[in-house]
Amino acid sequence: MTGELELVVAEAEELFRDLRLGAVRRWKEETGGLAVGYMPIYVPLELFHAQGVMPVGIFGGGDQLEIIRGDAYYQSYICHIPRSTIELGLNGAFDCLDGMVFPAICDVIRNLSGMWKLQFPDRLVRYLDVPQNFDPEVGGRFYRAELESLAAELAARGAASYDASRLRESIAVYNELRGRVRDLYDLRRREPWKVPTHELYVLLRASVVQPVEASIRLLDRYREAALAADERRPMDQARVLVTGSFCEQPPLGLIRTLERSGCYVVDDDFVQIHRWMECDLPTGGDPLASLVDAFLADSVASPVRYIGEETKGRALLERVERSGAEGVLFCAPSFCDPALLDQPMIVAAVEAAGIPWTAFKYAENNGQFQVIREQAGTFSDSIKLWSD
Amino acid sequence: MTTPAEAVPEVRKDGSQHKQKQMIADHFSRLARAPRTGDKCVYTFVPGNLTELLLSFDLLPVLPEINALQSGMRGKSREYISLAEKQGHSEDVCTYVKCDLGMMKSGNVGPTGEKIPDPDLLLLSYTGCFTFMKWFEILRQEYGAPVAMLHVPYQGDGEITAAMRDYVVEQLRRNVIPALERVSGKSYDEDRLSELLARSARAEDDLVWVLESAKNRPSPIDAYFGGVYYIGPIFTAFRGTDEAIDYYRELRAEVEQRLADGRGPLAPDGEIEERFRLVVEGPPNWTSFREFWRMFADEGAVVVASSYTKVGGVYDTGFRHDPARPLESLADYCMGCYTNLNLPRRVELLSRYVVDYGADGLLVNSVKSCNSFSAGQLMILREVENRTGAPGGFIESDLVDPRYFAASNIKNRLESYLQMIDQKRQAGGTA
Repeated sequence: MTGELELVVAEAEELFRDLRLGAVRRWKEETGGLAVGYMPIYVPLELFHAQGVMPVGIFGGGDQLEIIRGDAYYQSYICHIPRSTIELGLNGAFDCLDGMVFPAICDVIRNLSGMWKLQFPDRLVRYLDVPQNFDPEVGGRFYRAELESLAAELAARGAASYDASRLRESIAVYNELRGRVRDLYDLRRREPWKVPTHELYVLLRASVVQPVEASIRLLDRYREAALAADERRPMDQARVLVTGSFCEQPPLGLIRTLERSGCYVVDDDFVQIHRWMECDLPTGGDPLASLVDAFLADSVASPVRYIGEETKGRALLERVERSGAEGVLFCAPSFCDPALLDQPMIVAAVEAAGIPWTAFKYAENNGQFQVIREQAGTFSDSIKLWSD
Repeated sequence: MTTPAEAVPEVRKDGSQHKQKQMIADHFSRLARAPRTGDKCVYTFVPGNLTELLLSFDLLPVLPEINALQSGMRGKSREYISLAEKQGHSEDVCTYVKCDLGMMKSGNVGPTGEKIPDPDLLLLSYTGCFTFMKWFEILRQEYGAPVAMLHVPYQGDGEITAAMRDYVVEQLRRNVIPALERVSGKSYDEDRLSELLARSARAEDDLVWVLESAKNRPSPIDAYFGGVYYIGPIFTAFRGTDEAIDYYRELRAEVEQRLADGRGPLAPDGEIEERFRLVVEGPPNWTSFREFWRMFADEGAVVVASSYTKVGGVYDTGFRHDPARPLESLADYCMGCYTNLNLPRRVELLSRYVVDYGADGLLVNSVKSCNSFSAGQLMILREVENRTGAPGGFIESDLVDPRYFAASNIKNRLESYLQMIDQKRQAGGTA
């Protein structure tokens, strides 16, 4: 790795591994602003930014955290992310957060919002219900009311009041971030050897725990350095799409394992928030309407989103086609209802299309990957040897 | 040598139980005849069910959760779950879903031995349980039936706002009612809906009276094991019917008599002599239902209040279906179901039960299948203990997967819990 590339990735990895959110603490000291955590998948980051609030992505404790008290809150058959999240809440790592927002992901995260209310009664705790009805006059109106109420709640906690012109500016800033992320995904799709997924992943994780402007600069530096890394040459690896890891994230070691076992990850749903909207948002007009419309019409086909008349799996097949993936890895956390209930439907579509696939599960704190390495390696070999 | 008839002890039942059994049998027979009679079937869920609205269109409700639990009680769920798992459904997810899918793949034969017809519509009332949404996405693929989606917002802040109510009502007007009109070929008749809702409220009054009779000592009812029978008609296909009114009137009369006689609840093996009064959080296990109940009955443990009997509607805090505002009332009903309440509200409700019903403690039956109930139960337990001073107990099982019913483990934990209550009593503690 060249000097600058090494530096950028190390910087990103340091942010990613800092469970005590040092960058958030520094930002608060400098600005005196509020910082509010949010659980994975989607929240309207632009709205927080426009009110001078730093949104902070909370993606659990990964493989770095020993769970001491968190296990006393959950039975063994519940996924890992809520127990590490509550552990971090209890051990003081989130002292710098003035509140937490829990988007509508599943029943576990939904109930965690109530646990947070009981555990941290003085903080802002918000369950963000997003519509599953995508009619602008019905679901759109409801979602707008949710956003207005969130904005009022932030203001009541000391954030700046809602201001349409500031929200337009924030949308423009996040469009820039979305554009940078899209560019990197495109570059990885074209030249996956230039943008290894374990690097892209730590950049994405870094982008949710520091100010958006700093994230844009970091992504720019990475892109420039990666493009210049001529020593990175293509290898005979299978191109795979990884799906199912949208909430509880796989440990970095697992991503590295997939790559070492002979897979180029050319599309994934890790840290999906900057790719939740498939297009940039308009920077003019009524900005709240822009957020609402984008959510209704341009969101990705996530398992947490009701798929009405559309055929299940169609969106994934399109992603396979767009990314040039040769196979699909269903990589879901254990006990993840949205991913695991969705999986048989998507598998049916993938099989019908004749696309090779394999499936395994993980927990965010897994430390042993030998079995997955063998499985992914065999899968990669079978694609290279037997696919058309 | 004993004959089989002598080997099986006779199960004792109240008259209302026989009546309910007949109501259910008649309903399943009507479902079985539907392909010949032309009746249309709508699959939907218990929490947030819109039975009166369906009945106002002469549509027949089918409740896959009820089918699954009955498969569990009939000893069929093991093979159904196994079949679904062989077809790629994860061992980690809800066993109701897998049991329902396995039943469908095995011919969709219901509890009366007759085939349940395929759905003409899937009414996805997405209330208090994320799995519902996936469940009907799966059924849509399997049956190719249309889906009417009703997204019921969660009470994240413990209240129903005007925006939430408007959202549900608008979905009813714009999506659900037109879908029901299409499938039934009939127009929406609000007067008819109001009449049905007025009947619902009458039955709800009697149900609440029955549930609250457990405040007496001894309690004339068991509000968990017995309670699942009491909620049967009102949580399923009968809310809004004269049959439901009659059933609850008869049930109330039985309980009044039991109260007047100073008798305890009737369990399958006979009357329970009350030694412990418990509040139970979480659904029961269905695969070993009688064995599970017997563990409590043998110890004289009577459940005086439970959260499971509120999963299809919380009526004892004052809600009644209101014929004067039919759609708004249905919206409030959906949003008020137990699993749509946030955790602080659940803690408040359970704490109030412990105090108002003079319970010795709160026992959680945590089921592996249901994250909507189970995630957060350990915290609920501690909060209720802190607020009431009554000790908490914790057991684990599953809804319909017999692999997760470890009888000796559950019995040990239950007995230890009851011994602890006893010791606290002897020591002059709050229990």
